Amino acid sequence: MPFPILTSLIALPIAGALLLLFVGRDEQHAPLARRIALVVSVLVFAETLLLWSRFNASSADFQFVERHAWIPAFGISYYVGVDGISLFLLVLTGFLTPLAFLGSWESVHSKTRAFCIVILLLESAMIGVFVSLDLFLFYVFWDAMLIPMYFLIGIWGYDRRIYAAVKFILYTMAGSVLMLLAILSLAYLQKEAAGSYSFDLLRLYELDIAPSQQFWFFAAFALAFAIKVPLFPFHTWLPDAHVEAPTAGSVILAGVLLKMGTYGLIRFAFPLFPQAAAFFAPKLAVLAVIGIIYGALVAMVQPDMKKLVAYSSVSHLGFVVLGIAAMNTQGVQGAVYQMLNHGVSTGGLFLIVGMLSDRRHTRLISEYGGLKSVMPRLVAVFLIVTLSSIGLPGLNGFVGEFLILLGAFRWDPTMTAFAASGVILSAAYMLWMFQRVNYGPVEHEKNLRLPDLQPREWAVIGPIVAAAILMGVLPNLFLKPIEPSVIRLVNQVQQGQRSPTRIQAGLGPR
Amino acid sequence: MTSSFNAIVPMACVTAAGIAAMVAEAFRDPGERMPIAGLGAVGLIGAAIATVLLWNHDTSSFGVVVADNFGLFVTGILIVVGLLTLAFSGPTIERERLPGGEYYALMLFALAGMMLMATATDLVVIFLALEVLSLAVYVLTGIRRDSPASAEAALKYFLLGAFSSAFFLYGIALTYGLAGSTRLDRIGSLIAAQALSPTPMQLLALGLLLVGFAFKVSAVPFHMWTPDAYEGAPPAVTGFMSTGVKAAAFAAFVRVFLAAFDPLQHEWWIVLWLIAAATMIVGTVVGVAQSSVKRMLAYSSIAHGGYLLVALLSANDVGKGAVLFYLLAYAVTNLGAFGVIAVLEHEDAANDHVRDYAGLADEHPVLAALMTVFLLSLGGFPPLAGFIAKWYVFSAAVKAGYTGLAIIGVLTSVVSVFFYLRIVVMMYMTPREAPVRVPSLPRVAGLALVVSAILVFYLGILPTRVLDWAAASISTIF
Repeated sequence: MPFPILTSLIALPIAGALLLLFVGRDEQHAPLARRIALVVSVLVFAETLLLWSRFNASSADFQFVERHAWIPAFGISYYVGVDGISLFLLVLTGFLTPLAFLGSWESVHSKTRAFCIVILLLESAMIGVFVSLDLFLFYVFWDAMLIPMYFLIGIWGYDRRIYAAVKFILYTMAGSVLMLLAILSLAYLQKEAAGSYSFDLLRLYELDIAPSQQFWFFAAFALAFAIKVPLFPFHTWLPDAHVEAPTAGSVILAGVLLKMGTYGLIRFAFPLFPQAAAFFAPKLAVLAVIGIIYGALVAMVQPDMKKLVAYSSVSHLGFVVLGIAAMNTQGVQGAVYQMLNHGVSTGGLFLIVGMLSDRRHTRLISEYGGLKSVMPRLVAVFLIVTLSSIGLPGLNGFVGEFLILLGAFRWDPTMTAFAASGVILSAAYMLWMFQRVNYGPVEHEKNLRLPDLQPREWAVIGPIVAAAILMGVLPNLFLKPIEPSVIRLVNQVQQGQRSPTRIQAGLGPR
Repeated sequence: MTSSFNAIVPMACVTAAGIAAMVAEAFRDPGERMPIAGLGAVGLIGAAIATVLLWNHDTSSFGVVVADNFGLFVTGILIVVGLLTLAFSGPTIERERLPGGEYYALMLFALAGMMLMATATDLVVIFLALEVLSLAVYVLTGIRRDSPASAEAALKYFLLGAFSSAFFLYGIALTYGLAGSTRLDRIGSLIAAQALSPTPMQLLALGLLLVGFAFKVSAVPFHMWTPDAYEGAPPAVTGFMSTGVKAAAFAAFVRVFLAAFDPLQHEWWIVLWLIAAATMIVGTVVGVAQSSVKRMLAYSSIAHGGYLLVALLSANDVGKGAVLFYLLAYAVTNLGAFGVIAVLEHEDAANDHVRDYAGLADEHPVLAALMTVFLLSLGGFPPLAGFIAKWYVFSAAVKAGYTGLAIIGVLTSVVSVFFYLRIVVMMYMTPREAPVRVPSLPRVAGLALVVSAILVFYLGILPTRVLDWAAASISTIF
């Protein structure tokens, strides 16, 4: 039996969390707890890199597949695997978690051990979501992930943290329970068609579903994912959750959690129900374009930097959804790439906002100004991350946005024209914020003596800057492994849309 | 001939333990401490061994008690309920200076009644069992004699309970008048013969029986007694009532409605549909407005009754299995939650208000963590027992075509998460104003809490074996 690398990826953070239970609860043991958590999360990252290096980039199939019966009476199995679409989301999860630890190294002062445990459990659940190939297993991870995030916001957040935490969990649950019913119904359809229950994604792909049923299924799945993305008008939980969450929470929320929504659309909603997808795609795209412009306009007027970044996420993820809705190779490939970019650049922005608010205990733009002369190094990396978020050529954001717009243009030029205005708007609000914070005279006395980047902060933001440049200069390093899976997916969806009785797409081993 | 007694061995063990507890109490010197709870535990373990030995044998005693796997599965649940309740009762009895012998004897008699109810196949025996368990539970509810709340709860429970028993009895009488028998199998075959054109009398009998059961499982609109009774009773008793009585009543409910009255399903499904929907909605919506933890859990238990009704109504193989699995998962989880409440109760502070839980995570992290596990399981989060149980119920509903009910079910369970989380918010996210007064954790109760939590995780992560048992149980009777 080959080494179960995916299972070990899920298990490693849990093992780390269990290990932390043996560390004392008192704050005097906090440094030890932090170190253990950091080491574990770095190990997880190393393992995701190992996964990447072993990944066969020319294959579209699921790799590193593991399968064990779990609840055989209902055809539920522990079934995990990774393909080009999920590979880098795992790497991203592994990449951001240690940075989240490092970024809140000094800003978490209470219940540090519990903080570390919660983030590790969260990491486990996130990895589980991305590798599950059994719908039941997927739902278990999807729902289980809510609990650590809830605690993360509720315990270590800012003033209105409880409100934000409860809103977060109720919103996301309300969306996902209907998906649970849709999953159950799918399993019954499978039983009627094939004689036995199955939650196996690859077998359900082949299930022939009447278009009228597809409509409801797609609606249930898409609602769950649209709330998670979040797509306009389901986005209202996001600014609250982001603003109230501690830095680590915001980084993980923006960096990884939101991607679960778009990942779900790609992996589940579109290929499972292609005909309904053809019907819904233009509507999703309209919402996405509204989100792009609305998010950008609202971001522009935010006085709070964290809120600004939160609304910019609404805008940026609108691009991702647009690319998915286009359902052609460029669009989807761009969407997957942009998911990674957004994780890196928005994660970076939240980390920088965290650094500023660690120093000044405020996130209001008006409290800053003229930081360039005080902290030149921090402002330099701030600039790089800002430009990466805007999508300057040479940095990561450009490649993703360009591919998405290319794909979307082939599909619907009008929509794309509106979406493209979001690129300009994003430059406007980001640069305006950057200018107000960093240029001009220093207006507040407190800002005069702020320390520049510390070595620990270099370790936090350095990898982000490196990743932004690497992904901008060598996009093929990432796009190559993504491509085969995307092509297969797009073919599968298009075939499903063309033929009333669906032709089996060239799926991987089962 | 000897085999005819085998089916009642489990309840005989429990009854014997109950009698022994009474005798021990009679010979107890004032102030002497006796391990009476131990007697109960011995009786329950005896019952457990008997249950395991009877498994798959389908024994029948006197033609009215059948130890089929269905009844034995419920008996197993009741044994778990009994053992956990014994463990949680210790602190309450000591603190309130309750008469230990009486308390344990009543509890064991109630358990025997529950076991009888789960295995009875004759309406009269079901009624007998119902009365045995009800009388014992009425007294247990009011066992804190000096507490007005407790007395009020017991009186309310008793009056309404007696009222509903009368309905039930009248239903039995009418059924006997129609079928000439009180045996479920004969009633079933008679009704099957006339199912196409049911007489008004049949429907009346059915309705009266339904009222009786609906009261016992506290389904809306027969739930009014539940919050008062649950709030007034000592927490260990409340936990016992909310799980044991429910399990026994649902077992009989399933037998009567899915075996005897199954042919009339086209008549009763709409009534039960409405009751199930109302029960889920009222239980959760009113639960949101509660500030007493026990009252809140009372409404939560009403809502869980609604989910069980959904499983019963679905009436397919999955639904019947779901009733059993849900009862077990709910019993372990809810008893755990009430166990925490029982442990937290303090001589000078009831610790029953939601606000009393503020800062518990700092004062007593283990207790807070356990409570969180139980509450999240009640809310239906994976990977806990409550999630698998709910998933099983909704599978049954979807399979039976009750998609509307399933949608109500999942949405109400989201609402219920709101109030479960209120306690979690208090424990973890709200600092305490006054210094908390948490009694030290008694060893037996603490152990029982940990065992419950392990079971909650076990049923949530590795449910296969228990699901198979549940499936095997229902195949024997339907």
